[in-house]
Amino acid sequence: MLDVIELGHTYGTGARAHVAIDEVNFRVDEGEIVCVVGPSGCGKSTLLKSIAGLHRISTGEIHLHGRQVRDVPGDLAVVFQDYSRSLFPWLSVVKNVEFPLRGSSLSRRERRERAEDALASVGLGHVARKHPWQLSGGMQQRVAIARALAYRPSLLLMDEPFASVDAQTRGELEDLVLRVRAAQDMTILLVTHDIDESVYLGDRVLVLSESPTTVVDTLKVDLPRERDQIVTRASVEFVRLRSEVARLLKH
Amino acid sequence: MFARSKFAAIVQRWLVFVIFVLVWQWAATVVDQTVFPTPSAILGQVRTLWFSGPPSHLFLGSRVSDDILPSIERLATGWAIASVAGVVIGITLGLSSTLADYASGVLAFMRAVPPVMLVPVFIVLFHIGDTMQLATIIFGSIWPVLLNAVDGARSVDPIKRDTARAYRIGRVRWITTVVLPAAAPKIFAGLRINLAIALILMVVSEFVGSPNGLGYVITNAQDTFDYKSMWAGIALVSLLGFMLNRLLVAVEDRALAWHHSSTRLLEG
Repeated sequence: MLDVIELGHTYGTGARAHVAIDEVNFRVDEGEIVCVVGPSGCGKSTLLKSIAGLHRISTGEIHLHGRQVRDVPGDLAVVFQDYSRSLFPWLSVVKNVEFPLRGSSLSRRERRERAEDALASVGLGHVARKHPWQLSGGMQQRVAIARALAYRPSLLLMDEPFASVDAQTRGELEDLVLRVRAAQDMTILLVTHDIDESVYLGDRVLVLSESPTTVVDTLKVDLPRERDQIVTRASVEFVRLRSEVARLLKH
Repeated sequence: MFARSKFAAIVQRWLVFVIFVLVWQWAATVVDQTVFPTPSAILGQVRTLWFSGPPSHLFLGSRVSDDILPSIERLATGWAIASVAGVVIGITLGLSSTLADYASGVLAFMRAVPPVMLVPVFIVLFHIGDTMQLATIIFGSIWPVLLNAVDGARSVDPIKRDTARAYRIGRVRWITTVVLPAAAPKIFAGLRINLAIALILMVVSEFVGSPNGLGYVITNAQDTFDYKSMWAGIALVSLLGFMLNRLLVAVEDRALAWHHSSTRLLEG
């Protein structure tokens, strides 16, 4: 459903030009979770923003459902790392989740129902009337995820979504992503710098090189679809894959 | 415990003020000059002039419609127009960095012009009357809110901008539901300053050219050596300024409850 073709990005022109992304090719199939790992500063976020239509790339093409992305696509949602800055503090939790739906053709009641369903699915039905800043960091990121879910995108982009929460919360949120993927059959592209996380969540792991960025390799994650924080992470295949990703990153 | 600390806070806040008034009362009694009446005499004059009407009129005297209402009307109209125009122009400029860059020089200059200085110009342009007074108030008090609105609109978090763009929020909704609330804390700070300036300009514009209003009461009383009435006018203008500011702060506290609570939470 998503094709990234010969994508490259250069900042500046002439002698001052800096090639940030050399050439990146990959595709994401319907219903897949693809994790993108790479050293910091390799342009992972730029790549994600380009797919969301928030950033203009210098060369190459991005196709979503076979159509070239020129503007922000309508059936795509983004979850950013910095939840406290992506949520609107002046709106209640449920209004934050409803926010992207207000321009749609849904009635007031349908919007509210959808928002409340999404909040319930991330386990936050009880704090709908609170404001984001009254919640813990992990809960705020759940609100941001609920907002993306309520929008019902066919492609969900996540930019280091769990980098700002503690380890315990991180594990819970990872399992939440796997659960909603199973329930809603969504396609997810997730950028992370955490090797373990990429293997734990991904159906495939895309390893990027240092800038100027290219794709080093794509690993297929041959783990059962049902994953468990303790069992999966202790399995031989998991350990083999994480070493493999680590080796590729050092490359 | 809580009730007592609240009481203590009120005492702390007003103690010095009460002492000041008592000292004034004492000093004015000792000096005994007509140009320097006691606070109680001034308050008595305020009552006689404006608040000695029949109970059916809420004790408002007949001079209220000549002295107070025109002033409040000018102040409210001028301040409202300046505030709305300031917010609209400020947000418009703030949303376009090109426009804001072009306008920044003019704005910096305009802000530095003492607003009172333009009163003679407005008298020539509009002649003495309501238009001239409104023009003085509007032109003088628009800048704080305008500049703060520019600042507020420019400082919308880039991640909020990306979020709104990713969810394809339209231009109008972007401005009304993201930019305006994000800029609201700065806008309110500007509104408080421009209310204070509007009050000053109301009085000044009534000093120089008005057949009515509190500024006229003060200068007229001065001309006729009625110093008690002059001081009564001064007291009433001060009281008006104090009450309007309180009202605005109350509105701000409600509108920005999210802001105050979230910043308090972050600091705590």
